[in-house]
Amino acid sequence: MARHFVIVGAGECGARAAMALREQGFDGDVTLVGGETHLPYERPPLSKHGMLAEVFAAKTIATAERLAEANVGFRGGVQVAAIDRGGKRLLTADGTALPYDKLLLATGASPRRLPGVEGERIFYLRTLEDAQRLRGELLPGRRLAIVGGGFIGLELAASARARGAEVTLIEALPRLLSRAVPEAIAAQIQARHELAGVKLVFGDGIAGVTSDANSATVALNSGRRVEADLVLVGIGAVPNISLAAEAELEIDNGIAVDRHLATSDADIFAAGDCCSFPLKIYGGRRVRLESWRNAQDQGSLAACNMLGANEAISTVPWFWSDQYELGLQIAGLSDEGASIVRRDLGNGASILFHISADGRLVAASGIGVGNAVAKDIRLAEMLIAKQARPMQASLADADVKLKSLLAA
Amino acid sequence: MVEWIEACGADDVDEEDVIRFDHAGKVFAIYRSPDDRYYATDGLCTHEQISLADGLVMDDIIECPKHNGRFNYKTGEAKGAPVCVNLRTYAVKLENGAVFIEV
Repeated sequence: MARHFVIVGAGECGARAAMALREQGFDGDVTLVGGETHLPYERPPLSKHGMLAEVFAAKTIATAERLAEANVGFRGGVQVAAIDRGGKRLLTADGTALPYDKLLLATGASPRRLPGVEGERIFYLRTLEDAQRLRGELLPGRRLAIVGGGFIGLELAASARARGAEVTLIEALPRLLSRAVPEAIAAQIQARHELAGVKLVFGDGIAGVTSDANSATVALNSGRRVEADLVLVGIGAVPNISLAAEAELEIDNGIAVDRHLATSDADIFAAGDCCSFPLKIYGGRRVRLESWRNAQDQGSLAACNMLGANEAISTVPWFWSDQYELGLQIAGLSDEGASIVRRDLGNGASILFHISADGRLVAASGIGVGNAVAKDIRLAEMLIAKQARPMQASLADADVKLKSLLAA
Repeated sequence: MVEWIEACGADDVDEEDVIRFDHAGKVFAIYRSPDDRYYATDGLCTHEQISLADGLVMDDIIECPKHNGRFNYKTGEAKGAPVCVNLRTYAVKLENGAVFIEV
């Protein structure tokens, strides 16, 4: 009998895994189960240029034709209720049983909610419907309050300004992107938002949000009140672990997987935003990444390992954000760094190299117009993967090609 | 009609690198390989229309600066997800220290 591999979650990661199973020559059955009714689509544009396009359209990752051609059975709009590990089958909300030989959980993450804050003027962003609904609200003069100065909040602030909405962004910490980027880059991003007319509020927490059918008021701990037509909450995401937790798989800030993406059940793998995994280049430190590239890479790797390849995770975390004309790229885990070396590329573009206490390049954060930092961040990523200890003077000198350091 | 267009000086492109060339509303990418030959392709990635000239060239491969889609710039072949549509390539000739492409 043909083997049956089932993938739960039809986002970037799940869709990639399904296609990768076929690219690897798997000839058993592949079923891709999605909670949303849509064909797999790309999420990154939802906060960025998707908000600005004249006609809003999802960019499909895999069309119905491609899925059919690859003989991937796509089942959209299906809620999986439980994993019956003993019986090796999934139970769906409508009572169907779906047997599996190997299972991949690519269940993603959901926006973290502000407790008790709900209503039709309160918005979150994750799905195409969220984006469509929000987009219709971003009109000239409309007042948008954004809670959270992270990437979703900042990208939406930029998109909202481009569409003419008035934006106030509230960040509880003293600066933007505290955990994600060094102070110098956060300052550059802040200045750009201020130039665009975004009102920024720092170091003030949310005391409460009240709203009716037409407007909302955000009350801050300081006593200040922000009046708005709508409120977008962008305070991070939480991994979708309930299926795994109820099936008693190990959980550790996400579905815990080993370096091969296997969960505590050898027939069940997890990949993408929903899982935490050990990163060898950082001494086995366990991380969970919410990024497009990670979703892709782990989807491919999970497919290989479901087929028995036994390949370990070897990628360097990589992330990007677009705001206005600025492109930000980060490779590696910058909090592993003890010091920073700066390289200026001209035209306001720069890269900050994060160096560990023992001289190893552990991360690089770059910002510039368009993709000005892309080449060097990509090379930095390769240096990080090699666990290189480049001369700091060479990193700082834009006339020294990073490619030459790679060969060293 | 086929015509040869001067794209850049031979020295404008470093070895194992790429530059952008705009002509008649179209974007091209001009490459110089590690063995010092010149190649040309369409300049925008077939995935999200990103300029490939901001990407990294390693050996025969150009990698999109945004989503790491990879192409062999000598043949235009897409090397896997997220890119699945090949890049168009153009004939190249060197004359008097300049790079010409056939468009």
